[in-house]
Amino acid sequence: MHSTTYGRGLRGLSIATAVTITVALVLVFFYAPLDASQGFVQKIFYVHVPLAIISLLGFIFGGLLAIGYLRTGDRSWDLRSYVAIHLGLIFGIAGLISGSIWAKASWGHWWVWNEPTLVSFLIVLLLFATYQPLRFSIEDPERQARYASVFAIVAGAFVPLNYLAVQLATAYVHPRVLTLSSANLPPSMGLTFAVSLLGFALLYVTMWKYEMAAKNARSQVRRLRRTLLGDEGIRPTGRSAAPS
Amino acid sequence: MRTALVVLRKDLRVESRTLETVPAMILLALITFVIFHFGLDRDTIGGQLAAGVLTATLLFAAMLGINRLFVAEREQGGFDAFLMAPVDRTALLIAKAAALFIYLIVLEIVAVPAFGLLLLGPSLGHALPGIVLILILANVGLSVIGTLVSAIAVHTRARDLIGPVIGLPLLLPALIATARGLGPLLRAGHAASAPPGRWLAILALYDLVFALIAYGVFDFLLED
Amino acid sequence: MDAKLPAIELRGVTRHFGERSALREVSARVPAGATLAVLGRNGAGKSTLLRILAALLRPHEGEVLVFGEPLPRRAFAVRAKLGLLAHDPLLYRELTGRENLEYHARLHGVPRGRVDEVLEAVAMERRADDPVRLLSRGMVQRVAIARAVLHAPRLLLLDEPRANLDPSAAELVEPLIGRASGCTRVLTSHDPGAALAEADLVLALKDGRAVFVGEPTAFGEAQVKELYA
Repeated sequence: MHSTTYGRGLRGLSIATAVTITVALVLVFFYAPLDASQGFVQKIFYVHVPLAIISLLGFIFGGLLAIGYLRTGDRSWDLRSYVAIHLGLIFGIAGLISGSIWAKASWGHWWVWNEPTLVSFLIVLLLFATYQPLRFSIEDPERQARYASVFAIVAGAFVPLNYLAVQLATAYVHPRVLTLSSANLPPSMGLTFAVSLLGFALLYVTMWKYEMAAKNARSQVRRLRRTLLGDEGIRPTGRSAAPS
Repeated sequence: MRTALVVLRKDLRVESRTLETVPAMILLALITFVIFHFGLDRDTIGGQLAAGVLTATLLFAAMLGINRLFVAEREQGGFDAFLMAPVDRTALLIAKAAALFIYLIVLEIVAVPAFGLLLLGPSLGHALPGIVLILILANVGLSVIGTLVSAIAVHTRARDLIGPVIGLPLLLPALIATARGLGPLLRAGHAASAPPGRWLAILALYDLVFALIAYGVFDFLLED
Repeated sequence: MDAKLPAIELRGVTRHFGERSALREVSARVPAGATLAVLGRNGAGKSTLLRILAALLRPHEGEVLVFGEPLPRRAFAVRAKLGLLAHDPLLYRELTGRENLEYHARLHGVPRGRVDEVLEAVAMERRADDPVRLLSRGMVQRVAIARAVLHAPRLLLLDEPRANLDPSAAELVEPLIGRASGCTRVLTSHDPGAALAEADLVLALKDGRAVFVGEPTAFGEAQVKELYA
């Protein structure tokens, strides 16, 4: 494993992320127009929707990386998949919370069942929340990686199917602003949204690379200590959900 | 395919000797109907509510079957025997899913009429073919996902927990489609005679996608 | 067929469990028809080695060749030639001995007549139609042996083969799983003396490493003591 490849360009990427997010914030507060019906509260949209989208993409990304592990047997693919899903879950929970805040602020309820994206998102999160407990409950690291990869692939395929089912099952009560068609979204909002989406995407990639680099570095240090100090030089790792 | 039949026959034979799984599933369904009666404080239910109750009950009963699916293999070393035979390993997936499907059919043969007797207001009569169709499609989904999830759970520590915890979210689209599909069939008054096409389509799509995926990944679950 | 082809070749076989190693760089060569005794304490790696030879586990490093075929890549080509007798009898308790054997026969594509043959060979014809859960341990072991040899394997992997067998039963199964069977055999035993007596080759494992590979005559009492110390 090469921690240098993940660490390379990390500084530049972090700067790009920080810049993009700052620009996005500026746009959100000073450029994007106020929504006619919801007012200022609507601006949560620029946080909630990108978080949700990136989270789902992260899960699908994790599923694709898992295919890589099953095909090659190389555990570094499994590590990449784990980090992708783990970050997807974090972004997802943030997306769910921001969505709930938005629902409360604009419709008065902390949760609304008639917003299919929110509902299908909750279901997806409930599924992926089982990823780490599943890993943790398998002791053999290779089997853990294999089963986690199977799960990631099945769960990845689940995302679109679930969205479809929930969409069809949900009656729309309020006019939805969550569509991205230009009919609903004036260009100024569209631009702000695009920048915000880009910012969160960069944030995800930066965090992914950062976590990969950190984990690789740690396992390299462990291996060095083992080589130099023998088996006694390292503390045995307990059971863990993370790939070793 | 021939191998799958051999394994299926063995499973059905063991089940018919022990009668562990299917009677428990049936009993659970019947008790759940009673619970719903008291929980909802209604003498009869119809329409979408009835569809929801029936779907949820079948799901809980299915969970019992799913948990027990690989028990004999796990406890009596059956995996090794199968793994050492010169056979295609996905035959195990097919055999187990087929066994679960059969258990579900037996369950439904008892539970659906019982539901009609105990809880359902409108008569089942002419809606029966539609109900059968939806339940068959639902059973396929339950069987495929159930087998997959049960196979995953076998090698984990929290065996009986992991199965439902992973399986229930995965089954949600199928359950939504089943409940929504049954709703119009169980309405009092102008009950439909055929389930709405879109729900059949979703169930069929779900079954197809996950059957293909299960077929593709199952080998990896058996390897070591 | 090349008569000189060794039945088993192990080259630097390593198998990890997490960060521990269950087997470390184990190498050995077993000629066709020979008997290899694997000795070592509990946890030394004997069962792991047996399972790797049975193609149930894959080596993480090194090579395993059984009848010239590399495992696990070519496992499907050799599966039919392997017979495993492990701690677990691999029998379904609710089915009868006969039903269990018929199940295995169908999985291995073996004709039904063979089931009666092996049942007679282990003297279980009369109890063949009792569910396995009603059989004594010795009888279960006999049916398990019948299962292991049902498909006429050429390599027998035997983990404590004579456990639960009284002397007359042990004699009875000798032609099936003993030297007289003509199979290549790998056996482990808690009784090093008995294992050494019937071995052509000895592999001694300590903490996953092969500390001795060679003729049983070269493996003396002192070494046995050290191995189990």
